[in-house]
Amino acid sequence: MSAHETMNLKLIVWRQAGPNQPGRFETYEAKNITPHHSFLEMLDVVNEDLIKAGQEPIAFDHDCREGICGMCSAVVNGVPHGGQQRTTLCQLHMRKFKDGDAIYLEPWRARAFPILRDLVVDRSALDKLIQTAGFVSCHTGGVPDGNAVLVGKPQADYAMDAAECIGCGACVAACPNSAAMLFAGAKVSQLAELPQGQVEAPQRVAAMVQAMADNGFGNCSNHYECEAACPKGIKVKFIARMNREFIKALALEKVGAVNTARLKSE
Amino acid sequence: MILDGKAPTGRIQDTWDKHRFDSLKLVNPANKRKYKILVVGTGLAGGSAAATLAELGYQVEAFAYQDSPRRAHSIAAQGGINAAKAYPNDGDSIYRLFYDTIKGGDFRAREADVWRLAQVSNNIIDQCVAQGVPFARDYAGYLDNRSFGGAQVSRTFFARGQTGQQLLLGAYSALSRQIGLGAVKMFPRTEMLDLVVVDGEAKGITVRDLVTGELRTHVGDAVVLATGGYVNVFYLSTNAMGCSVTANWKAHKKGAYFANPCYTQIHPTCIPQAGDYQSKLTLMSESLRNDGRIWVPKKKEDCNKAPNDIPEEDRDYYLERKYPSFGNLAPRDIASRAAKEQCDEGRGVGPGGRGVYLDFSASIKRLGEGTIRERYGNLFEMYERITDENAYQRPMRIYPAPHYSMGGLWVDYNLQSNVPGLFVLGEANFSVHGANRLGASALMQGLADGYFVIPYTIANYLAQTKPGKVKADHPECLKSVADVKATRDQLLAVNGKKTVTEFMREVGTLMWNDVGMARSEKSLTDALQKLPAIREEFWQNVKVSGSGEELNQQLENAGRTADFIEFAELLTRDALHRKESCGGHFRVESQYPDGEAMRDDANFAYSAAWESKGVGKDPELHKEPLKFENVHLAVRSYK
Repeated sequence: MSAHETMNLKLIVWRQAGPNQPGRFETYEAKNITPHHSFLEMLDVVNEDLIKAGQEPIAFDHDCREGICGMCSAVVNGVPHGGQQRTTLCQLHMRKFKDGDAIYLEPWRARAFPILRDLVVDRSALDKLIQTAGFVSCHTGGVPDGNAVLVGKPQADYAMDAAECIGCGACVAACPNSAAMLFAGAKVSQLAELPQGQVEAPQRVAAMVQAMADNGFGNCSNHYECEAACPKGIKVKFIARMNREFIKALALEKVGAVNTARLKSE
Repeated sequence: MILDGKAPTGRIQDTWDKHRFDSLKLVNPANKRKYKILVVGTGLAGGSAAATLAELGYQVEAFAYQDSPRRAHSIAAQGGINAAKAYPNDGDSIYRLFYDTIKGGDFRAREADVWRLAQVSNNIIDQCVAQGVPFARDYAGYLDNRSFGGAQVSRTFFARGQTGQQLLLGAYSALSRQIGLGAVKMFPRTEMLDLVVVDGEAKGITVRDLVTGELRTHVGDAVVLATGGYVNVFYLSTNAMGCSVTANWKAHKKGAYFANPCYTQIHPTCIPQAGDYQSKLTLMSESLRNDGRIWVPKKKEDCNKAPNDIPEEDRDYYLERKYPSFGNLAPRDIASRAAKEQCDEGRGVGPGGRGVYLDFSASIKRLGEGTIRERYGNLFEMYERITDENAYQRPMRIYPAPHYSMGGLWVDYNLQSNVPGLFVLGEANFSVHGANRLGASALMQGLADGYFVIPYTIANYLAQTKPGKVKADHPECLKSVADVKATRDQLLAVNGKKTVTEFMREVGTLMWNDVGMARSEKSLTDALQKLPAIREEFWQNVKVSGSGEELNQQLENAGRTADFIEFAELLTRDALHRKESCGGHFRVESQYPDGEAMRDDANFAYSAAWESKGVGKDPELHKEPLKFENVHLAVRSYK
């Protein structure tokens, strides 16, 4: 399609006024969209039309619009972030669509992410996982020189691969079990790989696994939908690493009775 | 009035150490828990401050408009963070970082503040490493460095092209630990809409819960604003959509002075605008200038040719030509103006002739595509997603875009504003970058303020105030909520014909054209005439649907836009009064014959701090004279 052509699209959007209210699909037109519009800029156009027509604009989360803050979150035609590899919804451009396309738009759907309005969901459950143990327990000051702790390039690269997670929650939305294993596994793996994080690695994995259960996330049954949906290309090998770390913690008797029972039953 | 920044005097090397002992009182550990500190914003500055203050034992409440503290716009910083570690053995030192920052800022910052920044820069790297920030390492396991603009040493630490993300996630992890321990109460999706001042001191904030719409006041013993910058006043910028001047503006209207608002940074390497519908501009990290060469065609008629068809001798590598010693690593203000100059001369490339090439072919030939991919792969991917062009095969097109604000609320050496109890950190204050910020120094400042400055300086204020002086039912709190509610209801009642976005685009376009990269007496006067009309029309013709008691993104944007419209007048007024060019502030009347910015130290070696006298009324100017005792005032040269 040339840059000068425009397209008209049909949007079928999930509308829901509030957390405990019934939702429904509504159909809208997106007119005169160019291939250079980002997906969210296309939604801006639709919203401007809705406002002028005296209707409620579609609420959707977004902020940086450059693929790093992790705020944007919508399921497009059944796929979180719209299905372009390693791409957040805000970086998806309309050149991936064609004139006349019908596009279904829904919020992340997971028990742990209650819908607040339209496409906006509450993802604070992910924050709770980090608040439980997703850190190194150092306080400000009193730490050694940055070069006093050597980290090999392969280890630093591995940790960075895991640390690229933007916390958008697409992995949870894509998972048939609404598991946060990719999100938690990435954090567990990053910190377990680095010498700074190794001291607390067993306690960390035990606490985060428990927190996933406590906050309404499911478990992994190896569908790998999370990896396919992840806009940052986080690999499922980090889930495997988390499982290994968990078993190591089990051997060290760092995992509470609840988790032990849970592991044995699965 | 002449303002006093209360910077310590004496040998600059001793200032911070001496000040900490001589001038800053302590709060004993048992008393710390009696004080409550409100921290607004959870980016690098706010997140690190909230975590550190809670570790020390204070009660902390933290606020963010985003759904999680991890999403503050610090996350988008790409290239790196400076520190004076001198690991590469290339002649760096704390003194050199101090010197480069003062010079880079075109001699418009306070020396002692900049010295302190350079001094604590090394602690920041250590702290982040301890948190598990995966900085780039060499094969022996040591920390790696790269170069950035305005420096001839390699002092920039980085984590691929996502340094801001990794540093923010480090601060977020420290903050999360304190939230989990119950030491910080976190309020996400909550926007500050007023500052509560009681008996001249900042004692609370009024906020709107962005999910339920509830308006309420939080009281505390001190308020810390770490609410970022204001370049969304230009509508299109590299800032996130939610970045606004609102928190700073509300504090300004309650008495806090706004300093140097005309110091705005236009970043040289952003993806050019593609169309009118565009909602934001995307930065391509300055680190790309390490390996990319910037050029335009020498001949106008070549501008529409494919770049690879233009032979070497017909290309003008204008930065290398004009600034041979710094070349493509000239500071941002200089590189941006040079790009605009080329395009104004009709040698720009791409749609509308508003672009220059950033070419990697020489580096790819020298280092191989693999090395370039490893260094900048994510940036090349981002470029391709947005433009549909492969920058390994053809040069990137870039153009300057509003990126950062050096100006902000006025603070003294203790980061306290002129309103006692109100502290301002990071981009939200005006302190260290002068008239131009060097690359990789924003992350440094945010974390310096949050981890290593505010924990000391806020204690000095708290030690001299009784905890819990103001309760939530204080008349000032009730009045604040009533005022915020009245403004909200007014926005909802107008029910006009123009959308919020239309107003913001109108103001932004005016600001970019008249108060952007080149400012003249005429353009500024012109803007000052048009802005009040836009403000008046806004309150008569804006259309905001929905109600105040629900999640209402139009209402949020309307409030921020109203503040931007008022603030635009102050920015313009400041630019008009400063009849000199310095750093990011370029007055066309004040330039050397070769087009370089001409400062006027005899008349303008001061920070301009403006006091609000009410909407539509002339603000009052206060001056803080700048003294340079360690770095010799000189014409900045990067040639």
